[in-house]
Amino acid sequence: MTETRLVKALLRLATAGVLAFLYLPIVVLAIYAFNSSRIQAWPPSSFTLQWFVEASNNPLIIRALTNSLIAATIATTVALVLGTLASLAVSRYDFFGRYTISFFLLLPIALPGVISGIALRTTFTTFGVDLGLMTIIIGHATFCVVVVYNNVLARLRRLPPSAEEASADLGADSFTTFRRVTMAGIGTALVSGGLLAFGLSFDEIIVTIFTAGAGTQTLPMWIYAAIQRPNELPVVNVVALVLVVISVIPVYLASRISSDVAGARQL
Amino acid sequence: MSAPPITPESMDARPRSARRRAGSWLHQRPKLRLRALLAAPVGWLAIAYLGSLFILLLNAFWAQDSFTGRVEPFNWSLEAFQTILTNPVYSVIAIRTVTVAVLVTITDALLAIPIAYYMARVASPRMRGLLVVAVLIPLWAAYLVKVYSWRIILQGNGLVDVALAPFGLEGPGLSEIANSWLVLSYLWLPYMILPVYAGFERIPHSVLEASADLGARSLTTFRRIVMPLVFPALVAGSIFTFSLTLGDYITPDLVSDAKFIGNVIYDNSANVNLPLAAAYSLLPIGIMVAYLLVARRLGAFESL
Repeated sequence: MTETRLVKALLRLATAGVLAFLYLPIVVLAIYAFNSSRIQAWPPSSFTLQWFVEASNNPLIIRALTNSLIAATIATTVALVLGTLASLAVSRYDFFGRYTISFFLLLPIALPGVISGIALRTTFTTFGVDLGLMTIIIGHATFCVVVVYNNVLARLRRLPPSAEEASADLGADSFTTFRRVTMAGIGTALVSGGLLAFGLSFDEIIVTIFTAGAGTQTLPMWIYAAIQRPNELPVVNVVALVLVVISVIPVYLASRISSDVAGARQL
Repeated sequence: MSAPPITPESMDARPRSARRRAGSWLHQRPKLRLRALLAAPVGWLAIAYLGSLFILLLNAFWAQDSFTGRVEPFNWSLEAFQTILTNPVYSVIAIRTVTVAVLVTITDALLAIPIAYYMARVASPRMRGLLVVAVLIPLWAAYLVKVYSWRIILQGNGLVDVALAPFGLEGPGLSEIANSWLVLSYLWLPYMILPVYAGFERIPHSVLEASADLGARSLTTFRRIVMPLVFPALVAGSIFTFSLTLGDYITPDLVSDAKFIGNVIYDNSANVNLPLAAAYSLLPIGIMVAYLLVARRLGAFESL
């Protein structure tokens, strides 16, 4: 099937339109970050760097950022371990319930976030667990497992088990084979799964609000609160722009380690 | 893979250590190995997630102390369900949420098909790579940042207001429910584009040639061959657009006045009326489980 010149032109136009839609809010944000006025009217009257200084000196932002980084690091570590274990079991063994596992691992991310949030919160409060950074991490790890699992499983399906068998035949014990053969094969899948899990955790707000309790704030929680206080908006603009710029890093890393970039954020 | 070559010398041919003995002992017991692999992930999922869902379910059937607002465990009651069924506000919100979720899904599918088709079948390989990155960057940009940016675009004296002023029109402000539809469609669009793009890319060229050889015109080939083959990918993308809309309470709160299912659950969650929140949660859970089961039958899981 060949596309006529007209069809191609229309497709090009539609693509440009969708891209314009996708980037409109990002461009608007970049402009407002330098807006000198506290009032967010269009167009900004004059520009300044003052809000960048204020943002970097705000102790609440620093504390929220630290919490977010801690939560994302620990949740990603837990997800890497659990996701790899589950994917090894599903790819290398045949057992009853093998297909069910994929379905249940997908649930925390396929069910609406508000459900995971209220279910976890209700459970924590029922058993008297204090809400805080620890409970945030448990929630994040639960939905991060599936992204590591899917990435590693897809890789393991392409790695033939014969390499592991060969290693065993050459006299390597199970641990050595795992370390030298299996890990080497799934290395980049672990990196892209880990990146994805980290990004997901760092950005999460819907479940986080439920599991955070009163005293703990992550960066998205700080933004959510600050958005609703007109006084803080100039600083929010700056934090928002910095976050958008930072989000280029995982996309770049993912495109470096895998030729198939689209696979990087697919579940 | 750049692992150093594995030679017999490098393979711990040194002392027959305890670790090595443990390794071979384990090697002979595949069932034990399997259990060791599964124990932690399945245990975590069962306790932290399925266990939590079960406790949520129990709470839906428990009574609430009308004075303190606390749930009274094992004091069985159907009051929450009666409230939901008798007060029309809860059906209105449910219908509204599901309608917006359907509209968002359709909007995203319509926007995703042309760009995904262009990426997969018209663009040069270099252009394709750039476009994938161009779709991924807004996807990775922080969720709240994107919602916030729409807020400043839509609000009074914002970009939309200024753009409409020459025509004597006014922007929507921050109360219209259409804002939720617009912003949620924006937020989840990349989640639709990526699987649909992969779906278009998977269609072998020979199938399209065969269709043309058999006399089908381009439009017929697109309708009868391409669309059915890409349909599972559309369903895969729709899992995200639909479920993410169904469970969102922050976007509706920030850009409109219209409450969603998620707002009811959130507003009632603390010590306000937990049984009601829990009972109302069963609705999106039921919808999503049914959706996932249908999606699996349509072959969408292979396209995730």
